[in-house]
Formats: sequence, structure tokens, C-alpha cells
Amino acid sequence: MNKVYLDSNATTCVDPLVLEKMLPYFKENYANPSSMYDSARICANAIEEARKQVASLLGVKNEKQIIFTSCATESANCIIKGAVEKYSTSDKNHIITTKVEHPCVLSTYEFLERKGYKADYISVDENGNLDIDSLLSKITPQTILISVMHANNETGAIYPVYDIAREAKKINKDVKFFVDGVQAAGKFDICLDDTDIDFYSISGHKFHAPKGVGAMYVKKGNLFEPLLHGGHQENSLRAGTMNTPYIVAIGEAARLAKENLSFELSEVKRLRDKLENGILSQLPNAKLNSKAAQRVVNTTNIGFEYIEGELILLYLNDAGIYASSGSACTSGSLDPSHVLRAQNTPFTSLHGSIRFSLSRFTKEEEIDYAIENVVKVIKKLAEISPFQKELANLGL
Amino acid sequence: MWDYSDKVKDHFKNPRNVGSIENADAIGQAGALSCGDKLKLYLKIDNNIITDAKFQTFGCGSAVAASSILTEMIIGKSLDEAKKITNKQIADALDGLPPEKMHCSVMGREALEDALKNYFSEEDYYSELEEEKKEGSPIICHCFSISEKEIIDAVNNGAKTFDDVSKITSAGLACGRCKDAILNIIKQNLKEDKKEFDSLSPIQKIIKINNVIENTIAPELALDRGGIELVDVDGNNVYVKLQGQCSSCVNAKRTLKNFVEFKLRELVDNSLNVFEK
Repeated sequence: MNKVYLDSNATTCVDPLVLEKMLPYFKENYANPSSMYDSARICANAIEEARKQVASLLGVKNEKQIIFTSCATESANCIIKGAVEKYSTSDKNHIITTKVEHPCVLSTYEFLERKGYKADYISVDENGNLDIDSLLSKITPQTILISVMHANNETGAIYPVYDIAREAKKINKDVKFFVDGVQAAGKFDICLDDTDIDFYSISGHKFHAPKGVGAMYVKKGNLFEPLLHGGHQENSLRAGTMNTPYIVAIGEAARLAKENLSFELSEVKRLRDKLENGILSQLPNAKLNSKAAQRVVNTTNIGFEYIEGELILLYLNDAGIYASSGSACTSGSLDPSHVLRAQNTPFTSLHGSIRFSLSRFTKEEEIDYAIENVVKVIKKLAEISPFQKELANLGL
Repeated sequence: MWDYSDKVKDHFKNPRNVGSIENADAIGQAGALSCGDKLKLYLKIDNNIITDAKFQTFGCGSAVAASSILTEMIIGKSLDEAKKITNKQIADALDGLPPEKMHCSVMGREALEDALKNYFSEEDYYSELEEEKKEGSPIICHCFSISEKEIIDAVNNGAKTFDDVSKITSAGLACGRCKDAILNIIKQNLKEDKKEFDSLSPIQKIIKINNVIENTIAPELALDRGGIELVDVDGNNVYVKLQGQCSSCVNAKRTLKNFVEFKLRELVDNSLNVFEK
């Protein structure tokens, strides 16, 4: 086996159909889409087509509500900083999010706290389910913005954002609701029309478009102060010459994602379940970290007790298996995953937590190979562990 | 992905001397499960010579590599020779470690030290041990092999805080265990006149400490969604209450000692001790 890529929540391969679709916009159709000649019109039309495709993936009829950006981090920064800038007043300075958000949301919130805003961070339980009652109880007339991710990148937990948004607006109708949908797009059906969600962000490279393009949904009637000031592109909400080939790519990737949704929900889920069950049934020190009521079908996060995650990844790498870890040693900061810590994952397995994430390109023989080799690697590494007694008690 | 040397890769892929020794003459440990690395070292000692060494490690690739090479380095050595092995020698034997991973070599040395202390009495262990030196000046930061002289030079060049010294010399950037020693060196060598803390009245002490807590410590903890309140000051003992995220945090004790006490020692007086009330 050459290589088995099981890190699709980090990034995905570009679908060959997407690459093919974007190439003409590097070659003959390179005009600035805002210009006044035929070749520019071709680019502008391609961008509008892509806008419809992304709108369709998100269950949005009016595609004018889709704005293209360079990535989801930019989308989140635009929305959070922009909404706070637009809607805060001298007595409205409160924002809410969860402890398990992606750093692009958490760090932006922390930045706003340093600017003087008050922030609340909502916890999850040991299965990764969000404490919704606590979130709703924090809403006051001073609350400007609530940000809740649709699906968690590490555990795959899905949060009921439509319900939370609806309940939140019953308490404070003026509060704005932002959803980071990066790990949701292409993994399950999304329908933003007729919901109380005001803003939504996605990233192209998580569903087989290249890195460097993202999008945000801005519900009609909602405004925010743009992060980038400049020309009138994208309704003046995101200045800068539109990146035609990459926008075409995210459009085509969105079309393909929608087309493959039922395959994702059946076949990808089948393979994920096979991988998960294969590992859990053969390794008594393997514990499932993703136990949320609902979770995306491509992700599993497994903690291997008494074995360290970086070492597991290094051995898997040698076997040609690519995954990622919430272990402290794999990140620059030497701190273990904030998501697993938030759900109180015990230290015995926290440092040995591995995330496997599949895509529609994952093959059955790759999963078989992965199961066989994960089991081999863990058994070998168990021999090095100083916790021999504990491992023996577990039956390993 | 870390840029590990081929030697590091070889040692974590094919670790030497894995396992335990029954009836070992000395066992040493370093690290803890909660921190993400733990090393157990077993020695067989005959006539003051280490005749066999085995290890078990819970940790990342470089932790396993450091443990593995350490066993190779000490087998056949006399105890006196083993005592003198430094973490830098362990790292060098692996053709270097990434800076963030230097603490793995320190952990190896600590486990060896622990084993030898268990074998000798602690006093005997230290009595013959020569202080590790660089150009005649004792080493303060073992991760990066930074000497006292280099830290004094940094202070003379304008470093006033621990962070300043770290930026100039890299001392204290990996495991951080030398923080206290560095603070002492800063204090002794800083030319500025500091009003002696001990001569202050209790109220003056409280005001001074509270200012640092409110203006420097609390805003930092707030970034981690925590808080802190000064409860009492008794002599050089400071009693505080951790709030918010900090109060339930598993790292609360570390926060208290490594951050709160560290900052108060740096900014108020080095004699202060912080406790939770």
C-alpha cells in the first residue's frame, strides 16, 4: 500500500474534475472579472455560476447572500470582528461562543476580550455534547453575537445550531448568530434558508477544492463592517480582485459535494464505522473520544491509553498511514487538544488521541490496511510503555 | 512535522534496550502521565560498573530516542562516568533535537540522576558530582546549555525580566525549570535600586501585590477565561483564590506556581510564596 490518507478534516485532495474546471481561468480566461470586455464577462459569469453552486450546497436560494473569501479563517474574522464593530454600542459589549471552537474563532474572541468585550465560553460534556441550557442562560440584552460551530473538527460532534439559533433569538431578537460550518459542508445536508442563522462560513479545501478559497453566507438584511476596505467587489463586503480560478473551483467542489452527499452518508459512513469498530474491537486500550449524540460520518477520534500520540503518528507514517493527533507533542505549543480537554478526556488517553478522517476518495482496502497496521503499531508501542501493569489489566 | 535527525528516527523506530530488569540494582523515573511523557530506567550495577540498562518510555518520538540512546551511552560505563553525562551529550549523540524537544534529553538525564540517587544516598551522589560548567561558568539552563555568565551578560545588556533573558539567550524556553535560578540572577545583577520589600508596612505590601495581580496577572488569566483574587498577605506568604476556568483547571497548581508566583517574584519580591485559599 502506497499511502493511506486519513486526515481529511485537515485538508483534502483536489478532485481532478475541480482542477480541470479551474485551469482555463489560469490560461485564456485571466481577465479581471470587473472589467468591461467579453473575456471579463466570461469570468464574471463563471463566478456567478460558482456562487449559485455554493448557495445550493448550503441550502440557500438567493445566491447573492454568498460572499467569496480566501479561507474560512478570513470568513470567521470578517464576520466576528465586522459584526461586533457594526452592532456594538456603549452598553452592548457581550459575545458568546463555545470552548471547542476552531482557533480562528477562539483567538478572535480572545482578541476582542483584550479590546474590552466580555465573552462567555460554553462547555461540553464528556461525550462532547454542548451545554445548550448554559448557552441560552448567558444571553442578555447586551449580547451582540453568538458563534457556534456546526461540526467539531476533532471529534466530529454535530451541534444543533438551527435550534440554538431559534431559541437564542426568542431570548434576544437582536442577537446575531454565526456558525462555523467548515467541517459540515459536504458531510451532511445543510439548509440555511428559513433558519435564524445570520452568518455561516466554509472552506473550499475541506471538500476537494484547493487551499486558498473560502466563502461566507451573510443573510439578507445583515451587515458587518468589512475587514478589507477597497473596491466594490462582493457587495463591498470583501474588497479585492476576485480570484476567478479558485472561486470556480469552490463552486465545482460544492456541486460535486452535493452530488456525492448520499454516497458520503452511506459509503463513507460504512468505511468509518468499519475502521472504528475494527480498532476498538481488537485493542482493549482504545477508547472512543467521539461519543456525541450526532457526529459527522467521516470522523473518528480514538484515544489509545498509555501510549503517546506523536509516537503513534510517527509509526503510522512509516506504515504510510496519515492521521493526526490531539497530543501535546505534535503541536508547536506543547499543549494537548483544547477540545479533548474541554470534554475532560482522561490523561490516560488524552495524550494518545488520534483522529482519523475519511473522504469520498477513501477506499475499502485502505481501511482494511489501516485497521491491520494500527493494531500492529499499538501492540508494538505497548511494549515500550512504562505502564505495563495498567496495560495488562486492560488485557493488552 | 518535526525535523528529526536520521539518528533520532533510527532510535525511535528501532529502540535499543526496551524493557525492564528483574532485580534491578537501581530504578529511576522522570516525567508524569499528565504531562504526556514518563520515562522509567532500570540499571544493573556490578562493581561500580553499569552492566545493563533498560528503559520503558511513554512519550513522543524524541523521548523514546533519548531514552534509547541513553541506555547505549551508559552500558559499560562506571558510575562516576555516568554521573557526568549531560542532557546536551544525550542530544548531541542523537545529532541534535529540535529546540522544542530538548526537554526530552533533560528527562533522560533526570531519570539517570534519579536512578543513581536511589543507588547512592542523595548526599553521596552530590558530594562527588562536579557542577556542570561552560567556560568556567556554571550551567543554569540545561536544555540549551546556557551558563550563568551568559545570563549575567544579558542582564548587563538590558534584560530586566525572565522573558527578556529568554529572548536574548533562549534560556528557559523548553522545560522552564531554571526560571527561579534565572530570576535570582536577574535580581542580583540588576543595577536598579529596588526598595526592600521586607521594610514595607503590611498595607504597602498588600497594595503592591494587589497592583501586580490586577494589572498583570488577572488580564493574562482572563485570556484563558480564568480569574484571580488576592485573599490575604502574611509576611512573605500570599494567599489567593483562583476563579472561573482557573478554579476547575487541572493545571491550577502549575498556574499558581509557574505563573502567579513567578510573576510576583519577578515584579515584587523574590521571597514571595503563593498559596491557594
